[in-house]
Amino acid sequence: MKKIMRAAALGGAVALALAACGSAPEETEPTAGAGSAGDSDFKACMVSDQGGWDDQSFNQSGYEGLKLAEKELGVEVNAVESTADSDYGPNIDSLIQDGCTYIIGVGFLLEPAIQAAAEANTDIEFGLIDSSFSDDEFNTIELDNAKPLLFNTAEAAFLAGYVAGATTETGIVGTFGGLPIPSVQIFMDGFVDGVAQWNEDSGENVQVLGWDKAKQEGQFSGDFETQSNGQNIAQGFLDQGADIIMPVAGPVGLGAAAAVEGKPGAKVIWVDSDGFESTEYGPIVLTSVMKEIGQAVYDSIQQASEGDFSNEPYVGTLENEGVGLAPFHDFEDAVPAEVKDRITELQEQIVSGELVVESPNAP
Amino acid sequence: MSQPAAPPPAQPPSEPQDAPVAAPAATEERPPGLLQDVLASSWLMTVCAIVLALVIGAVLIAAADPDVQSSAGYLFARPSDFFTAVWQTISSAYAALFQGAVFDWAAASPQRAIRPLTETLTISVPLILAGLGVGIGFRAGLFNIGAQGQITLGAILASWVGFTWHLPAGLHLAVAMVGAAIGGAVWASIAGVLKARTGAHEVIVTIMLNNIAVFLVLYLLTTSVFRSPTPQVGRTVAETAMLPGLLGDGFRLHLGFPLALLAALGVWWLMERSTVGFRFRAVGSNPHAARTAGMSVPWVTITVMAVAGALAGLAGGAQLLGTERNLTGAIAGSIGFDALTVALLGRSKPLGTVLAGILFGAFAAGGRLMQTRTGTPIDIVLVLQSLIVLFIAAPPLVRAVFRLRAPGERRRSTAEAAA
Repeated sequence: MKKIMRAAALGGAVALALAACGSAPEETEPTAGAGSAGDSDFKACMVSDQGGWDDQSFNQSGYEGLKLAEKELGVEVNAVESTADSDYGPNIDSLIQDGCTYIIGVGFLLEPAIQAAAEANTDIEFGLIDSSFSDDEFNTIELDNAKPLLFNTAEAAFLAGYVAGATTETGIVGTFGGLPIPSVQIFMDGFVDGVAQWNEDSGENVQVLGWDKAKQEGQFSGDFETQSNGQNIAQGFLDQGADIIMPVAGPVGLGAAAAVEGKPGAKVIWVDSDGFESTEYGPIVLTSVMKEIGQAVYDSIQQASEGDFSNEPYVGTLENEGVGLAPFHDFEDAVPAEVKDRITELQEQIVSGELVVESPNAP
Repeated sequence: MSQPAAPPPAQPPSEPQDAPVAAPAATEERPPGLLQDVLASSWLMTVCAIVLALVIGAVLIAAADPDVQSSAGYLFARPSDFFTAVWQTISSAYAALFQGAVFDWAAASPQRAIRPLTETLTISVPLILAGLGVGIGFRAGLFNIGAQGQITLGAILASWVGFTWHLPAGLHLAVAMVGAAIGGAVWASIAGVLKARTGAHEVIVTIMLNNIAVFLVLYLLTTSVFRSPTPQVGRTVAETAMLPGLLGDGFRLHLGFPLALLAALGVWWLMERSTVGFRFRAVGSNPHAARTAGMSVPWVTITVMAVAGALAGLAGGAQLLGTERNLTGAIAGSIGFDALTVALLGRSKPLGTVLAGILFGAFAAGGRLMQTRTGTPIDIVLVLQSLIVLFIAAPPLVRAVFRLRAPGERRRSTAEAAA
């Protein structure tokens, strides 16, 4: 046994040594102030919510937009992760100290912190994903130096609901959220309406578990972190006969996907990014309700870096491709052609304004 | 954190070197095990554990750095690059950690330069208070995992008093803090009563209560009483109920810090000087002996939980009234679990808990700047904290690394000689 260990250790050491045998790169003189970094003092920065940059969802999309801006626009960037609600204020403060001129908060949970910082630092521009600003009397207000980046995801979720209704074999589908907040509930509203549209078209009666749109009540896992809660809720849906589940809970959805994977034939609809590519559960991802946070972030950084910052809210829709339905990937053949045609038709109707997906949570 | 109720070590319960009060002995359902062993380890061990954690953290920081990774590829062609990159990465990360936690010599103004230390102390306030509560539980033989829920309840009551009542400044704050303490105490007492009456294990019950507390807040935040314009954020507490700042604008350090120190003093008096504290310790050391001596073990269990809960509730109150001002679902953050570590690190003594709380506050404050200035992942801070717990919980490992003698070694040899 000891001999084997020794041999393994030696082998490992040799492998490491060989790996270290590459040739050194040529010394390059650092060119001072290369590129556009020296042109201006512009610095785009970002604060995550508790999910962190690796949530395979919402924060990650925003971070990718920031990184893209760094690469494509050559702007200076910085990003900090929050681990608790109490981090938001101090993290924004440390970015201000770091010389950031445009600071984006990812997630409505940062609203109070971004609003306070925007009011206190009128010379710095701010962006906030998924929330507008409001005063104590529940009125929406505008801040001169802060831009909300919003998404009407109900439109895309509507299409996903339609697909779910059309492809379920058990006649039962489910959805749950992370927290009962507008930016989550709007997915669930659209999903429920999409299923209802399928029921109307086909005369079937597909049930949706987990969300009652009329009452605005449903099932929530309680946070955007604890994957086991997602797993439990999804298992509950599966036990009640659901075969397609749409978790709207960031990384908590991974727990749901783990439960779904255990039941043959069951599928998930991912949200925010294309789950076929961003998660390891590609083979069970029917489709994804995409929210192009990265693109919105990139565009807003581009505007701000060119001095064209405006506090006008950005609203992502099917029309401007700020939201959309991801390809079916492995399930391309499982979705009937007439359903695909109908989805294209519905999408056109939504874009043209002929069909309006109503949601009390719409921006 | 997993449960430290590990199999008992082979050696006899060791005598604490500098504090004979925490007499280790059998508790009812836990034989002298890890908890006793950990509480009895020396100050030197604690320092060694921190040093060891920092060393391993340094390796991880270096390994995660892209410059180090690329220069490792041609280590033999030009080793200087690799070692420079390693040194640069580690030194800049730890320098930023220090700058963010104690004194920032690179700051724009003198005010910003001294601000980090005040941030460290600010963050330490709830950690110290909750850590004191957890520590009392440890010494009475109760493993109270429920600080998280008790903090949450404290925060709920503090915020409710803070925005619904209208009282003069000072009185309002006092009432809100008392409310916080009561909230935490009641929540913890549920576990205490269940343990005393039915024997339900406090670990299970308090964990369950943590979950209930989280969902209770989420529910309350949807009710008209707590709701604010921002979803999942509670109403703003009146200025009169806020803990006043100690240093004026630009600093967050508030009255909570001296209060936490006072609480530590109070706990010291309670545990070391009062009859009640003596009963707590007696039951913690040996419930059978305590019962034989005429003490009511159920009474002690309930009281310990209530006191521990009150302290955790105060932590929630201090967090809400000191810095946060609005109730949120995650108001307790990870304070409740960090408090377990703080209590372990401080070996459940008030002074130790204060120092451990400040250390963890320093990690949190420093971690933010380390992340902003050097891009070191914030997760490193969690790794450091976790490594410290690991080493604290594995005294033989640390002893082996630093070649220290086991605390019971001398005693055992003399005992053997006597036999």
